[in-house]
Amino acid sequence: MASILTNLFDGVAYGMLLFVLACGLAVTLGLMNFVNLAHGAFAMAGGYICAVLVNQSGWPFFAALPLAFLGSAAIGIALERTLYRHLYSRSHLDQVLFSIGLVFMSVAAVDYIMGSSRVFIKLPAALEGQIDLFGVGIGRYRLMIVVICGLLTLALQLILAKTRFGSRLRAAVDDPRAAIGLGINVPQVFAFTFAFGCGLAGLGGALSAEILGLDPYFPLKFMIYFLIVVTVGGSSSITGPFLASLLLGIADVAGKYYVPKVGPFVIYTVMIVILLCRPNGLFGRTAAR
Amino acid sequence: MSALSDVSTHAMAGARWRISEVAFWVLVLACAFLFPSRYLIMTDIVRLGLFALSLDLILGYAGIVSLGHAAFFGVGAYSAGLLALHGIINEPVIALVAAGLVAAVLGFLTSFLVIRGVDLTRLMVTLGIALLLEALAERFSDITGGTDGLQGIEMQPILGLFAFDMFGKTGFFYSLIVLFVLFLLARRVVHSPFGLSLRAIKNNPLRAAAIGVPVNSRLIAVYTLAAFYAGIAGALFTQTTALASLDVFSFERSADLMLVLVIGGTGYLYGGLIGAVVFKMLQELFQSITPQYWLFWIGLVLVVIVMVGRARIHRWVLFVPNLVIRQFAGRKAAVAVPESDVS
Repeated sequence: MASILTNLFDGVAYGMLLFVLACGLAVTLGLMNFVNLAHGAFAMAGGYICAVLVNQSGWPFFAALPLAFLGSAAIGIALERTLYRHLYSRSHLDQVLFSIGLVFMSVAAVDYIMGSSRVFIKLPAALEGQIDLFGVGIGRYRLMIVVICGLLTLALQLILAKTRFGSRLRAAVDDPRAAIGLGINVPQVFAFTFAFGCGLAGLGGALSAEILGLDPYFPLKFMIYFLIVVTVGGSSSITGPFLASLLLGIADVAGKYYVPKVGPFVIYTVMIVILLCRPNGLFGRTAAR
Repeated sequence: MSALSDVSTHAMAGARWRISEVAFWVLVLACAFLFPSRYLIMTDIVRLGLFALSLDLILGYAGIVSLGHAAFFGVGAYSAGLLALHGIINEPVIALVAAGLVAAVLGFLTSFLVIRGVDLTRLMVTLGIALLLEALAERFSDITGGTDGLQGIEMQPILGLFAFDMFGKTGFFYSLIVLFVLFLLARRVVHSPFGLSLRAIKNNPLRAAAIGVPVNSRLIAVYTLAAFYAGIAGALFTQTTALASLDVFSFERSADLMLVLVIGGTGYLYGGLIGAVVFKMLQELFQSITPQYWLFWIGLVLVVIVMVGRARIHRWVLFVPNLVIRQFAGRKAAVAVPESDVS
């Protein structure tokens, strides 16, 4: 019983991590309809920024996390302004080719600079080991992930629903032309959202180094997971991708633990079946534009 | 002249062999005799060209963007490997067709998944199928050899006459003949009314349906055909290298394939073949400059191609040949200009 709960908790932590990693993609892919396969590259950038700061410059882990966010967001906005924004109106094929190119470049560049082996981030002692909660063993690190990601999710929901920026973004996504007509600077809103999503991915990358493993092939290995979160979750709200990532996280952890031999293809099969029954995702709204 | 016969004469004129096409194949044949020490790499190019031809059928003619075309390549490769390994079909040509048919069956079954949904769903489903097959091949390692791949494949002589030699001469001519035969078939298909209806579907599925083209069954048919081609390419890979490993399913293979086709241009059949030559040369070049990090340069090529614009690059490349042709022939350029965008 206790091991089931522990696994469930691990699954939740994994799912929340996936959500933070992928929710930026939910905006670019789901809302702006841009097929960005390079999202994992931003996550990897955040992870490596954090690793360099902690391991080589001796920063404390919690101080390095915000910098992972800022660093990835800065890379994101630089690329958005120079490259991505020219491609919003291009065909999906062009977008796919472009982002695959970016992934290849990032993989080789990180391999060149940081080496091809897996990188570990030194964690503070307070985050190691397990604590016992009502007889259920819970990893401290995973608990921290659940707390951080839970807070982030709440904050995102509030920003989207309550703030002026949130309503601008929703307007820009619903109908860009009408939004421009109302005086909303749509390109700016998109650029900012893109950068924010990249920042979140960077933060997720820094947090996930311990659980998912950080090496130059990170963007390729986890690309499919991010895409699953977005396509299965749909893009009408933040809740869809959130539930989808929790589902994926729990299913993946449980699959690896209980049926290690058939683990991966359960997930792919479920994804294909869901996409066939509901092409717009489990929580999708209307047909994709 | 009635409208119908006008359309058919137009289509017939489009299907005629041009001088440039004949020149292309003569050049290919000349290469086969000019570089006898390069059979292995040339076999590689021929195989890749066939594989790209297969993607061109669905991407260039039907407008289906696939991220998992390696699935059919892999199935073809493993089928050919298993057939040869267990001695089920010893004759390579029959085994080749059998492997292609296995891939075609898979293509037929998965086509129902692919024709549903929009671009994004298609991307996900094709990618998912390739990953699924890779996971399956890894799981059933007692059949596929797992991460070690199939080992100890011994190929029998082709038609019982031509044995595979260690310099790859037989393998090369075998691949080249297969490519040429399949190319002729593809050429016939895309210039047939069936091929024309595919172009109509690509340009506007809704309008194609309105003028009476059965959109879904046409897409299923071409997807199955493309899977057959990819399966043959995979089987050639196994037969000429006597090897089949898990990386036949890898995402990089599908991604490289798109690059090949994009370099050469989509929608005129030669794109895949020209792209394969350019891609292999680029790969050789980059690997000689930076052996470990050539992936970076491949990525850069992709980004640059997209940023500059595919149509524009092809115009630049074709500028000189067109100029020459215009000078000498005194008529409109005869070099095929690839069709512009796939949406």
